[in-house]
Amino acid sequence: MFRYLALRFASLCLSLLVASIVIFAIVEIIPGDPASYMLGLNAAPDTVAALKEELGLTGSALSRYVDWTTGMLVGDFGTSYTYRVPVSELVVARLFISLPLAIYALILSTAIAFPVGLIAAARRGTATDFGIMGATQLGIALPNFWFAMLLVVVFAVGLRWFSAGGFPGWDEGIAAGLKSLTLPAIALALPQASILARVMRSALLETLSMDYVRTARAKGLSRRQAVVGHALRNALIPVLTIIGLQFSFLLAGAIIIENVFFLPGLGRLIFQGITQRDLVVVESVVMLLVFAVVTVNFLVDIAYAAVDPRLRIRS
Amino acid sequence: MNIKSNLASLTIGLAAIGSAGMGLASSMSITVGMQLEPPNLDPTGGAAAAIDEVVYANIFEGLTRFTADGSIRSALAHSWDISDDGTVYTFHLQSSVSFHDGTAFDADDVKFSLDRARGEDSTNAQKALFQGIADIEVVDPHTVKIMLSGPDGNFLTKMAWGDAVIVAPESIDSIKTNPVGTGPFVFSEWVQGDRVEIERNPNYWGDPVHLDSATFKFISDPTAAFSAVMAGDVDAFPNFPSTETLSQFEADPRFAVIVGSTEGETILSTNNKSGILSDVRMRKAIAHAINRQDIIDGAMFGYGTPIGTHFAPHNPDYLDLTGKSEHDPDLSRQLLEEVGYDGSALRLMLPPPAYARRGGEIIADQLRSVGVASEISNLEWSQWLEQVFRNKDYDLTIVSHTEPNDINIYARPEYYFQYDNPEFQALMGTYGVTTDAGDRRALAHELQTMIAEDYVNGFLFQLAKTGVANAKIRNLWPNSPTQANDLTEVSWAD
Repeated sequence: MFRYLALRFASLCLSLLVASIVIFAIVEIIPGDPASYMLGLNAAPDTVAALKEELGLTGSALSRYVDWTTGMLVGDFGTSYTYRVPVSELVVARLFISLPLAIYALILSTAIAFPVGLIAAARRGTATDFGIMGATQLGIALPNFWFAMLLVVVFAVGLRWFSAGGFPGWDEGIAAGLKSLTLPAIALALPQASILARVMRSALLETLSMDYVRTARAKGLSRRQAVVGHALRNALIPVLTIIGLQFSFLLAGAIIIENVFFLPGLGRLIFQGITQRDLVVVESVVMLLVFAVVTVNFLVDIAYAAVDPRLRIRS
Repeated sequence: MNIKSNLASLTIGLAAIGSAGMGLASSMSITVGMQLEPPNLDPTGGAAAAIDEVVYANIFEGLTRFTADGSIRSALAHSWDISDDGTVYTFHLQSSVSFHDGTAFDADDVKFSLDRARGEDSTNAQKALFQGIADIEVVDPHTVKIMLSGPDGNFLTKMAWGDAVIVAPESIDSIKTNPVGTGPFVFSEWVQGDRVEIERNPNYWGDPVHLDSATFKFISDPTAAFSAVMAGDVDAFPNFPSTETLSQFEADPRFAVIVGSTEGETILSTNNKSGILSDVRMRKAIAHAINRQDIIDGAMFGYGTPIGTHFAPHNPDYLDLTGKSEHDPDLSRQLLEEVGYDGSALRLMLPPPAYARRGGEIIADQLRSVGVASEISNLEWSQWLEQVFRNKDYDLTIVSHTEPNDINIYARPEYYFQYDNPEFQALMGTYGVTTDAGDRRALAHELQTMIAEDYVNGFLFQLAKTGVANAKIRNLWPNSPTQANDLTEVSWAD
């Protein structure tokens, strides 16, 4: 067990090291210099040089890489070139929007997908099943930004029930914050729910054809009791895997939805960082996301080992 | 939003009448939409227009300032004397002015601000504004004397720029995130990525503003901007990015569409040192191949004024030279034959704004119809700055030069379009030191004509400022004499 853990941990460290090199190299290759971007068309060359000095952009690539990585080890992610505040402060502020949004969307998507997938599986081959399959197909096919704009047109511009976007801040109250995240969360949740419902349906169908379900029916359980009591629990494993994947997608992949609803989230931060050549923000945020994904994988590996003794023995 | 803010004003207004008996000061706030967020809030340390659009005239003030029609009036200096030779400006400062942190404003702050802007390690994006200053002398706390190395007819205008505002040494270290100025609004909060909030300065030295507070909200996506105005989340969007939807707002009585002019000369910048483009006949052929109205209609939905040189049409010294480069495909073809153009493609590099991307495709098509091939590449701003602006590795590009009175860029041979004409440079030198209005006009005409006849660039159109606002808002700037959202006179009609 210890050997297995040590191996997993070494692979985690190696992944992070490789990721940091790749990220740094890509950011180095991107053409464009933050100082000239910030100073515009009329700046004198010596002004640009002065700003580069101030931003610490003058050292060699190697020394800047070492500064960056050693800084991160002690929790110093550098200072944003454009905003001139510590990157960690920016990230924390953005996480207070991105994280609740991702959780909100995940809860919505699960709340929709579970009953829908269950009904489709239980009524396999009926009109209900075909209707659900058609609807989820549509849900996957609809681009979420288009659906988001539709929501804005109907609920913000037309009915004026919601704001067209923006985020008032949590200090305005939890209700106000959640309200402003509702339309974005729905837009994000719909395609995810469609995928999840289909996974749920096929996983259930598979378990339903298992011997133990037939045994359960044979000993006198109703169809519903067999599904809920036996098939559902076993069908949850692939579903949970998908939910895990979806969460990291929702956290990092909401760039377009954040733009449609002008929410100052993590995705917008990376997007702005790239266009404004705020490279230190781009590097550090991408690195943090890599760290999050790698850590989740590490935890999943440990969980597998805990669940499945064969893994422990083999290693 | 309308009903809510009206109710709010009613209750606050009533409260004001009840408590102090002065119900005249209307009590309102406004939310202004902007497409780009300022990277920081220091107008003296970056070129981003969004900085000035938040802080200019609202938070920070200079010795002089731009007004809505582009003229210059007094601000922190209530008057000035100019020596007979035009090299010494003595500014008399407003007394009893204090910065928002309570520290007093005096002549030392003026000296500090200007010395900082022209200093060696200055990161001022418009350092050239201060180049002519030889020395600054504090005469007494309310008088400051600025010695110039030569006469400068434009000096009072230069001091009106956002890059020349007066800052205080006490608060300079945190200016980027907590700007402290002398203006009628005080900075209150910046939620990065979302909004900046400002509040009325109760201790303002000048006329108090009508608004209680204002919020600048950043919405980069044009469709989102449209929805935000339609849904009433934003009261005014002075530089509205979704031009194609303006007709919808025009038809809606709740909104007013505000069309004005800007200082943005939009030009087909031409690399005067790149191959065949160094031949004036080739540049002339391109100029005559262009149909300006088609570009204005196709790329700008009809908003924009054709120009024939690098000067703003609303400037009294403007000379209409569009006739020198009118659409004449036959002349264009003839010139191409004369110059022996071999059909090789010109590299047309387009930065992100719609005028460039949409305009670029129309121009490429117009060039094709006279037989000039071009190859379009779309660049991001940072790439554009590096490849086109700094390394001059391009043939053609489209960009709007938004600085006011910037014909002087044609006197800089190293500038990215690489126009090197000693005659023009000498003339520009004379223009710079001329103070007599009549002489200045004659020289301005001469300068405009020279670049038009050298076909330095394709002169396309003056960028229009198109904005949308709630129909009840009064006194928003229709024009952009400088990039600003001056809220000092803005109010709500009842």
